Amino acid sequence: MPEVAVETATRASRAAAVLFSGLIVLVASMPWWAGSGTMRTGVELLYYLALAQIWNLMAGYGGLISFGQQAFIGIGGYTLVLFAYRLGLDPYLSLVIGAVLAGLFAWPMSKLLFRLRGAYFAVGTWIVAECWRLVFANWSWLGGGSGISITATVRGIDPWWREALAFWLAALIGLGSIAGVYLLLRSRFGLALMALRDSEAASESIGISVAQVKTWIYVAAAAAFGLVGGLIFLTKLRISPDSAVSINWSVTIVFIVVIGGIGTIEGPIVGVILFFLLREYLADYGAIYMIAFGLLAIAVMLTLKGGIWGVVQRRFDVHLFPVQRRVRQAQGASGGGFNVETST
Amino acid sequence: MANVVDTLLQGTLLGGRYALMALGLSLAFGIMRLVNVAHGDFIILAAYLALVTVNALDLHPLAALLIVVPVMAALGYAVQRGLLNRAVGRDIMPALLITFGLSVIIQNGLLEIFSADSRRLQAGALSSIGLLLGESISIGWFPLMTLVIAALVIAGLEQLFRHSRLGRAFRAVSDDPEIVQLMGYDPRHVYALAMAVSFGTVGIAGTLFGIGTIFDPALGPPQLLFAFEAVIIGGLGSLWGTLAGSMVLGIAQAVGFRVDPGWGILFGHAAFLMILAVRPQGLFPRTRDA
Amino acid sequence: MSLLLETRGLTAFYGDFQALYGIDFEVEVGEVVAIIGANGAGKSTFLRSLVGLVRPVGGGIRFDGDTIDHVPAPVIARRGLALVPEGRRLFPSLNVEENLMIGADRASAGPWTLSAVYDLFPILRERRMAPATALSGGQQQMVAIGRALMGNPRLLLCDELSLGLAPIVVKDIYAIFPHIRAAGAAIVLVEQDIGQALLAAERVYCFQEGRVSLSGRAAELSRERISQAYFGLH
Repeated sequence: MPEVAVETATRASRAAAVLFSGLIVLVASMPWWAGSGTMRTGVELLYYLALAQIWNLMAGYGGLISFGQQAFIGIGGYTLVLFAYRLGLDPYLSLVIGAVLAGLFAWPMSKLLFRLRGAYFAVGTWIVAECWRLVFANWSWLGGGSGISITATVRGIDPWWREALAFWLAALIGLGSIAGVYLLLRSRFGLALMALRDSEAASESIGISVAQVKTWIYVAAAAAFGLVGGLIFLTKLRISPDSAVSINWSVTIVFIVVIGGIGTIEGPIVGVILFFLLREYLADYGAIYMIAFGLLAIAVMLTLKGGIWGVVQRRFDVHLFPVQRRVRQAQGASGGGFNVETST
Repeated sequence: MANVVDTLLQGTLLGGRYALMALGLSLAFGIMRLVNVAHGDFIILAAYLALVTVNALDLHPLAALLIVVPVMAALGYAVQRGLLNRAVGRDIMPALLITFGLSVIIQNGLLEIFSADSRRLQAGALSSIGLLLGESISIGWFPLMTLVIAALVIAGLEQLFRHSRLGRAFRAVSDDPEIVQLMGYDPRHVYALAMAVSFGTVGIAGTLFGIGTIFDPALGPPQLLFAFEAVIIGGLGSLWGTLAGSMVLGIAQAVGFRVDPGWGILFGHAAFLMILAVRPQGLFPRTRDA
Repeated sequence: MSLLLETRGLTAFYGDFQALYGIDFEVEVGEVVAIIGANGAGKSTFLRSLVGLVRPVGGGIRFDGDTIDHVPAPVIARRGLALVPEGRRLFPSLNVEENLMIGADRASAGPWTLSAVYDLFPILRERRMAPATALSGGQQQMVAIGRALMGNPRLLLCDELSLGLAPIVVKDIYAIFPHIRAAGAAIVLVEQDIGQALLAAERVYCFQEGRVSLSGRAAELSRERISQAYFGLH
């Protein structure tokens, strides 16, 4: 049997890697030259990017469609209220605690929720999120139903530093989520995940514990959402149960991923950019903007397989973040080689 | 003691309203294995439709049913035939995401047309008169009527399912949409008829909802969650089970409200989660999958 | 004799895999024709193409003079072409009687009524209220045949009637064929059991890897020629 090597890079991806590195340098320098408004939009774009990447990992690769991730955004936000505002802890430390708590709570939640499958699971996650919203709404020490302002947590930090730190943190999480998801999918765990998405039964038969993989994905995603949730409210400095644990988070993230292209890393990036552009130009029209977004999502779902990036990928066969495995005959072997591509 | 009885009664009556709302969802689950995330929003849409009918034709809200139910049924046929039929199949994502999109569109569309103001369908004396039991327990006529209507609709649907040609077609197409074609049935048409029936019940549920409480465009999603909980608690595949599940949910919520007004809904969710934990197939399941 | 069904150059796929490579086939009014062949030879795909469950990608099908190769399956069923599917495919949510009744829902009137089907298969009358899938394999096969007959078809297609059934049960089932013919239907049967196929049919086609490798009158074909055609040896 000829020697074979498994490779994952493409020419386009090598170019993208260079661009990506350049982008990181550019973004890192922004606090020195960008205005406050731009920075705030930047933070928002970056945290939506992170949320979209994680949701895509869960749904597009893990087959777990959750409409309840806002629960973990809430846990992250309210951890900030509890530890940083009420107990006086360092707010940045609270972000980490929020991630940990979200992950911890996710574990028993998953035990219950995994009794539901498919679409029932999706609605189930929504119900559990609602439970969290009601818990926070009834917890008066953390602000109760009307919410609470937590500016006190950042009093004492120089405003420039605060903005810059929030921005760098968002950049780290946003761009890091892309890198993280990419590396994960290229790992053995990632291979197991993609096998699971293609066929749970077949995966079980080759020794992959479907339940374990799903639990890990759910818990990891929860922790990530918890971290981002903390960051979101560290920048907004005002939180309420209705804003933190709102289905609108899921609506936006789902639409971003679906329109951009579910099941690819590039898709959520495209989706986030499109979302922000749409918001720029249509925000004045109020409800019409959401209707347009909804119509776009339905249209994409019905006609464009794999979202906007799916179309680009098929048309130009470009992979910026390739996660397929390709088997190539090793250098120096004789005869015509064979190329076996597995799908992304 | 009177408190306990009163709470149980209020909860049971609330269950009547939830049952009416949940029926359409149960039908869609059972025949098409479809989770219509916009179900609650269609209920609210029906309430607004009833409002428009009442205002335009100067009718009593109950009379408006004669218009709302057929219009909703026709809408259901169109939505299934035009949109959701393309999403039926093994992959659950398309239907889920399309109905998610519809939910957003309906909510925002209603917001644009009617604004966020609360509305209510005026049914006159019907909404306020009640029955006095014993010394201190009173049952509203309207909630009682809603429960009775729910039971009647369920009985009617059971009759349709068990003893009619259409019901037979519904059951067959849910078993095997490919082979049912050999009997001359077009599954696309049968699914659309099923959705028409589902939306017909939504029309009834929405109109009665609008009489029973104040409503606004954002009230759709909570109704979806209640309907969903009622169906899961009751057990998939059984309409009487859905009624039982609705009553359990109603009673749980009533107990919660009694403990503390902020905890009503949460007690309902807790009941759902408990069933999920100890008896995930529900109280009276009849189908093979969940 | 008039031609009831003919196909010319029928080509079809089973998923991504080409199952039929240009089938020429004929059935005359009142005939019984058998199709034999190994697994994967394309026999089931052929029957499914005839009733419209599979869309052919090439060639044509004519039923009683009308072209039906791109007509939807529900319409074909109403024109008098019925299939007893491989594996029975009864509706589990319906009882025996309902499974039979649904066969008649959209069909034309004719000799096969519920009563006539019960006369053909008396055991079914006894078990009419039982859920269809609670019956034994042989009884389920009877229900499947009855369901198809209730449509009063002019052509009945039977896909692997003997699959999973004991020989004595198979015999009982094939014993009803004369009754079906007497009522006016032609029959095409796909059978793994070559002996049974040759007994029941007047003409035989042998499929081999998606092509007709042999056709002729059952009485005139030797066992040797048949096994050569079956296995693709020449």
